[in-house]
Amino acid sequence: MADPVLELDGVSKSFGALRATDDVTLTLHPGEIHALIGPNGAGKTTLMALISGRLRADSGCIRFRGQDITRLSVTQRARMGLGRSFQISSLIPEYSARRNVMLALQSRQGSPWHFFKPVMHDASLLEPARAMLARVGLEGRASVPSAELAHGERRLLEIAVALALGPAAFLLDEPMAGMGAEGARRLTGFLDDLRREAPILLVEHDMDAVFALADRISVLASGRVIASGTVEEIRADPEVRRAYLGEEAT
Amino acid sequence: MVERRREWTINALLALGLLAVPLLALLIDEPFLITLATRVAILALAGVGLNLALGLGGMVSFGHAAYFGLGGYVAGVMAHHAFSGTPIAAGLSGSDQMLVIWAVAMVLSGLLALVIGALSLRTSGIFFIMITLAFAQMLFYFALSWPAYGGEDGLPIFVRNSFPGLNTMRGWDLFILSYGVLMVALAIFAMLRAARFGAALMAVRQNPDRAAAVGIPPFGVKLLAFVISGMITGLAGAMMADLTRFVSPAMMAWQMSGELIVIIILGGVGRLFGPVAGAAILVGFEVFFGGITEHWQFFLGLVLLGVVLFARGGVIGLIAGRERHG
Repeated sequence: MADPVLELDGVSKSFGALRATDDVTLTLHPGEIHALIGPNGAGKTTLMALISGRLRADSGCIRFRGQDITRLSVTQRARMGLGRSFQISSLIPEYSARRNVMLALQSRQGSPWHFFKPVMHDASLLEPARAMLARVGLEGRASVPSAELAHGERRLLEIAVALALGPAAFLLDEPMAGMGAEGARRLTGFLDDLRREAPILLVEHDMDAVFALADRISVLASGRVIASGTVEEIRADPEVRRAYLGEEAT
Repeated sequence: MVERRREWTINALLALGLLAVPLLALLIDEPFLITLATRVAILALAGVGLNLALGLGGMVSFGHAAYFGLGGYVAGVMAHHAFSGTPIAAGLSGSDQMLVIWAVAMVLSGLLALVIGALSLRTSGIFFIMITLAFAQMLFYFALSWPAYGGEDGLPIFVRNSFPGLNTMRGWDLFILSYGVLMVALAIFAMLRAARFGAALMAVRQNPDRAAAVGIPPFGVKLLAFVISGMITGLAGAMMADLTRFVSPAMMAWQMSGELIVIIILGGVGRLFGPVAGAAILVGFEVFFGGITEHWQFFLGLVLLGVVLFARGGVIGLIAGRERHG
């Protein structure tokens, strides 16, 4: 197998006596969707925050594209190509859908330190932004402020913004959250294709989506990875059934 | 689209109105009105500076009087030494040239904003307001207790500093100079706001986590905006000292910081011509109600209350509606 794009090696994080992340080791390889599941409070959000850079690991090492990023800031990691979506939609509320995407594009093209050229006359931002919005099916809503978009549309815009970063890996934190059945089905199809562009580390509660999409699944409980494997292996694992799937396994 | 055209119309009316008042005053020979219009232009300039930090960046600085006052003291101190022919310090002589004074005022204000910003931008909300206030008060008490330049009595500028090609002792000349600088500052504000830097700054105000996640460093963007903001307000301070031909610690007092915030809120937070509208209202109230009662600020308070309760976008927002970022 090719070298992993993202690699966590013995990563731990404690809040006081609580070990929110406990010696987690996992990898994300090119072309795959690696799903992270676990009951509420298992430490999924903390783990995502450690990978994105919002929290610093107490110990262990995080490597991205072969570089140690354990000490880098959120901004630096984003600029290296770590594209993320938030669990609760987190967009620029007054900005239109188009401008939310353009904001991601502008940092991919360099820095915010441009003081003269108006962004709304900048074809190098407008054209790709249109293309990104079209890919997620939001081209008709380009000039609507993100605060006025419907919930499902905001979830799609989150994906478009992550796409605009041209990332080497996606961190998607519950992209299906709050979407209707139809929306979730469409998004599942979309993510299925997306993995060819960049591998996806997916935190998701929608088990239908996880089992349909994931190449590998890691199960988190009390901050530890208690099992890791293919969909079939995870379905069959007795410890996983006990810890998590219990009432949901069929 | 309608809103945007309406905002352009009111902006043009404000720009022309501010020009028309002193022209009229010239015709009917009312030099007092020219001074008032100049005061509006310079206060608006200080407001443009604050608007960059507060309006675009969401940094509620309650200490912008520090830059305003520093600019004023640069003008006062340099003029003082040019007048008396003494050096400021070994090898440093004063100047009575506005261009030199402005450059020094902007550099020093920028450096001060860099230091204050670097320390206070690590906080936000009420802590940021209090820390910026504390820094400004430190400078205020320093100016108050430093006898070399007048201490609490302030420092007069005996001869107004000069500008090439203009007779700055003439009211109209000084007005047109202030008006020109204000228009340049507004053009710079508009340019920065429309550029990638402005897009990043307004994004950081609304959602710093999202901005960081798309690769924008929130701290750096805010700090640069804060420095530019301090420079513009410092320049306004230097010009105000030349208008009144006097600087005193009052320019650095918290009331001055408050006045600048009031200007922004009255006019419309983040709106291009907000500071112009706000400064015109403030000076208008001061003159009109100030002539009737010494408690004119009571009426200003009423209007401010009305704006905060019913017209969050200030005067510009009331007329042109909410701003949209298409």
